[in-house]
Amino acid sequence: MPTVSEIMETMDYGPSVEDAGAVRDWLTAHEKFGHFVDGGFTAPGRTFASRDPSTGELLAEVTQGSADDVAAAVKAARRAQPKWAGLPGHTRAQYLYAIARSIQKRERFLSVLESLDNGKPIRESRDADIPLVVRHFYHHAGWAEIMADEFTGHAPIGVAGQIIPWNFPLLMLAWKIAPAIAAGNTVVLKPAEYTSLSALAFAEICQEVGLPKGVVNIVTGDGETGAALVASDVDKIAFTGSTEVGRAIRAATAGTEKRLTLELGGKSPFIVMEDADLDAAVEGVVDSIWFNQGQVCCAGSRILVAEAVADRFEALLQRRMNTLRLGPPLDKSTDIGAIVDPVHKDRITGIIRQAVEAGADLIGGQAAETCYVAPGYLREVSPANPVWSKEIFGPIATLTSFRTADEAINLANNTRYGLAAQIWSESATVATDLAAQVKAGVVWINGANMFDAAAPFGGMRESGFGREGGRVGMLDYLSGPKIRPVKEPTPATLQAAPDGAAHGGGIDRTEKLYIGGAQKRPDGGASYRAASGDLVPLGNRKDIRNAVEAAKKAGKWAAMGGHGRAQVLYFIAENLSQRRDDLAKKHGAKAVDAAIARFFHYAAWADKFDGLNVQTRPGHLVNVIPEPFGVIGIACPNDAPLLGLVSLIAPAIAMGNAVVAIPAEGDPVAAFDLAQVFDTSDLPGGVVNIVSGPKLELAQVLAGHDDVAAMWFCGTAGAEAVKLASTGNLKPVWAFANRDWTKPDAQGRGFLNHAVQWKTVWLPYGALPAGTGSVAY
Amino acid sequence: MPELTSNPGTALTPEWFDQIRINTPAVERRAASLPARRSIKKDYQAAWVLNAVRCIDLTTLAGDDTEDRVARLCAKARQPIAPELLAAMGIEGLTTGAVCVYPTMVAAAKRALGNSGVPVASVATGFPAGLMPLDLRLAEIRYAVDQGADEIDIVITRAHVLQANWAALYDEIRAMREACGPAKMKAILATGDLKSLENVARASHVAMQAGADWIKTSTGKEGVNATLPVSLVMCRAIRDYRDRTGHRVGFKPAGGLKTAKDAIAWQVLMREELGRDWLDPRLFRIGASSLLGDLERQISHHVTGRYGAAHRLTMA
Repeated sequence: MPTVSEIMETMDYGPSVEDAGAVRDWLTAHEKFGHFVDGGFTAPGRTFASRDPSTGELLAEVTQGSADDVAAAVKAARRAQPKWAGLPGHTRAQYLYAIARSIQKRERFLSVLESLDNGKPIRESRDADIPLVVRHFYHHAGWAEIMADEFTGHAPIGVAGQIIPWNFPLLMLAWKIAPAIAAGNTVVLKPAEYTSLSALAFAEICQEVGLPKGVVNIVTGDGETGAALVASDVDKIAFTGSTEVGRAIRAATAGTEKRLTLELGGKSPFIVMEDADLDAAVEGVVDSIWFNQGQVCCAGSRILVAEAVADRFEALLQRRMNTLRLGPPLDKSTDIGAIVDPVHKDRITGIIRQAVEAGADLIGGQAAETCYVAPGYLREVSPANPVWSKEIFGPIATLTSFRTADEAINLANNTRYGLAAQIWSESATVATDLAAQVKAGVVWINGANMFDAAAPFGGMRESGFGREGGRVGMLDYLSGPKIRPVKEPTPATLQAAPDGAAHGGGIDRTEKLYIGGAQKRPDGGASYRAASGDLVPLGNRKDIRNAVEAAKKAGKWAAMGGHGRAQVLYFIAENLSQRRDDLAKKHGAKAVDAAIARFFHYAAWADKFDGLNVQTRPGHLVNVIPEPFGVIGIACPNDAPLLGLVSLIAPAIAMGNAVVAIPAEGDPVAAFDLAQVFDTSDLPGGVVNIVSGPKLELAQVLAGHDDVAAMWFCGTAGAEAVKLASTGNLKPVWAFANRDWTKPDAQGRGFLNHAVQWKTVWLPYGALPAGTGSVAY
Repeated sequence: MPELTSNPGTALTPEWFDQIRINTPAVERRAASLPARRSIKKDYQAAWVLNAVRCIDLTTLAGDDTEDRVARLCAKARQPIAPELLAAMGIEGLTTGAVCVYPTMVAAAKRALGNSGVPVASVATGFPAGLMPLDLRLAEIRYAVDQGADEIDIVITRAHVLQANWAALYDEIRAMREACGPAKMKAILATGDLKSLENVARASHVAMQAGADWIKTSTGKEGVNATLPVSLVMCRAIRDYRDRTGHRVGFKPAGGLKTAKDAIAWQVLMREELGRDWLDPRLFRIGASSLLGDLERQISHHVTGRYGAAHRLTMA
């Protein structure tokens, strides 16, 4: 031990270890944990070890949940759900409030437990994880309180199965449980096998606040337990974890009506423009990839830096990297703690090795004994290097330079992921433009890894779908008003007929596909006879390919803005009304009038489906913006050939999407009549594309197409196959029953909600520092 | 720490600072997280507290200062911590970094400090507003140096910064630097008047280019004095200047540090942003008067295990 005068020479920090006594006493008292089911702990079953990754020390034995354990938990949740949902919102709010308070009272205990179990620095569990957990329960206590007024016509989904990762164990639990139970659902949650302990401590808090039995159930175990939960009798699966497992869950739930939300991996761009505050951006890297050992799904792991400032940025980055302290998680001066498990550490070092073999240059990033990996980054990473797209999930960023803003965006979006993005620029003009263009569910301008319960979090593309936090997040735990399903007529078996065979009197009319604003002969050169007697084109997978390509090129449609799109929708209605009598003869006056009204309806919505400005923290402008998906595939009911089609494409295009629609299989003529109206209504080519043919076959091609960002499927038969086909790019699939399309519930927000994906854009502001006249602090 | 040479300055070089971009919320975030990222306990804490003591410019700058009052302050500067407390920790010869007074009190301070080796710093140049004719401000510097001042704390003309008149600012500080002769010069930027962090950064660069040995936040008389965010910006300017010229310029926060906790936070800032050298009194000073009392109380607690009372410790 050095003397005081010796320390005055070195000016070292010295050890400052948080006391873990209370947590160790708690662990000793338990030793072996069972599950938390129906308000009580079960006897421990077959157990596995939970260890401190920084030392390998055994912390506790945790039970491996079996399918029976899961079933018992789901049964308890099912039993408890009606009564829980039936409680007044105010009563549920009181429980959530009590949970928030109880966690707050145990902040120290839970922080230490989390750091012991996960290896993260105590500073982070103390200053980030646990305060956010508390905030999440307070926020959602509020949603329980006002739910009846704010979500009229909505009901809880039922029982939610929730599977969470090991990187933010208690925080992910809060993100899952708080909205679910606020909305009146009950839950069965499976924590990650590396980090079950804080969930079990949470279970004790549920007991302590007297949460009704069965509302929260926790079953521990590994991936097998998770698979059992996915297969169990729950109404919804909410999963946060790897894209690979997310894909398996999508496939496993395809044949069911379980609602699904996925929050998956990412390789988020971190764009440093030449007018950025470079020191701020460097601190952003510290808060991103060097936060929680880089085990953060939304970490800015792909640094893209303007060539004009790349050298200086790197010099600053290296200097800052060298001041980070790798050390024991419980030391309060530790910046970088332990990787969660030796298995994961090996994975990290393996990916680094591959990246270096592929030409990258590693700065820092050396592995040390037990579970430590020093912070680092890979230089000279081109998109051709596998590490460009592979999530390392460790404290290693990649660094690539760019020349101009458009190149920055192209590089940023050159990924299958779309979780988060960081943008560093002191120009509001530049930063907001990049924020609009980047494909990401969360965008931080001049900041990184900012979270708040009021700010929805979730991904685009293969980073998953669904949002957690705020009003938007609540919708993922609610069902909209019930609709009455109407059975679709079964179409006649399709028989290919020679193309162009005339039918009836007058001049021969040959129906063609509608692709890119033009009539196109089907690729297969064949037609089939529709119920109306007309010969209609028999589309195939190549026609779908062509249609998607045309839809991709309709990009300017979204950029026209809500008012611009409304003008086109009104014009369509106007031209439909001009041809009303003609069309009425073929398709019925009621359907035509309803179609006209529907275009009016969505023209009205086009500039009114607004985003939100949400209340997070002072000094942060946080906007939640609805963005079109891009291309939506729509399989229409084999019913209501005109109105069914209009009811589905109108909301999609009103929000700025382009669509590829498969019209009513048995009777698609109305769709081609409508296409003629589009041609005279200034609808840009490619915004609506129509491919008639075998619905299920074509829908699977659409669902499997990587350039189709979302899929709507009307009908019950075939939904499973479409969902299975969607696993390729993990697009959200909205499968719904046919209904009476003339009814008021065949339009409105319920459709628009599926036509957009939400982007949360954070912009911290404040001209002057604290105390000198800025309102931001 | 390698031999410290005086900062000779450079020609006015605006391209070193005119492109500078500073994001205020990001600076606030970094400043807020800095003290939370480092924790210093037990003997280490005592060492860091004592290091703060040796970096203090123990200051009296009041209208009612008298020679006797200054002498009392100097006595405290020579023996800032009770000898029995220091003895308990095996520390000898600890003094504050300097004593800081008005020019007319320099002679009294020199007398009182005798051969203790504690330097005398004098404010000058029409402190605190600095709005006097330049020749009078320069004459005031010369007077203070003649009286024996080892260090001169000058104030800049804030208007030059607010009007982005960098040449005028540079020329003024250069002239002051020359007037200081052998004395070291601290340039007070009055950051509370400059307000924006970009102004602070630019003024820091000009002061260093004009030859300041330390850059200092405040007179202690502005509405807002030393804050961590402002200090962070100034430290980064010092870092950049060193990268460009190889010269190490010191930093002096003044007027905002009241507690031992503050003193630790600022030292963490220095260590993290600039390195160990900047925890040496040759490169780091804290302009303070009441701070010392709290530091001594912490030391008393460290040694005795009891919380101290001000009346049992020597007042300045």
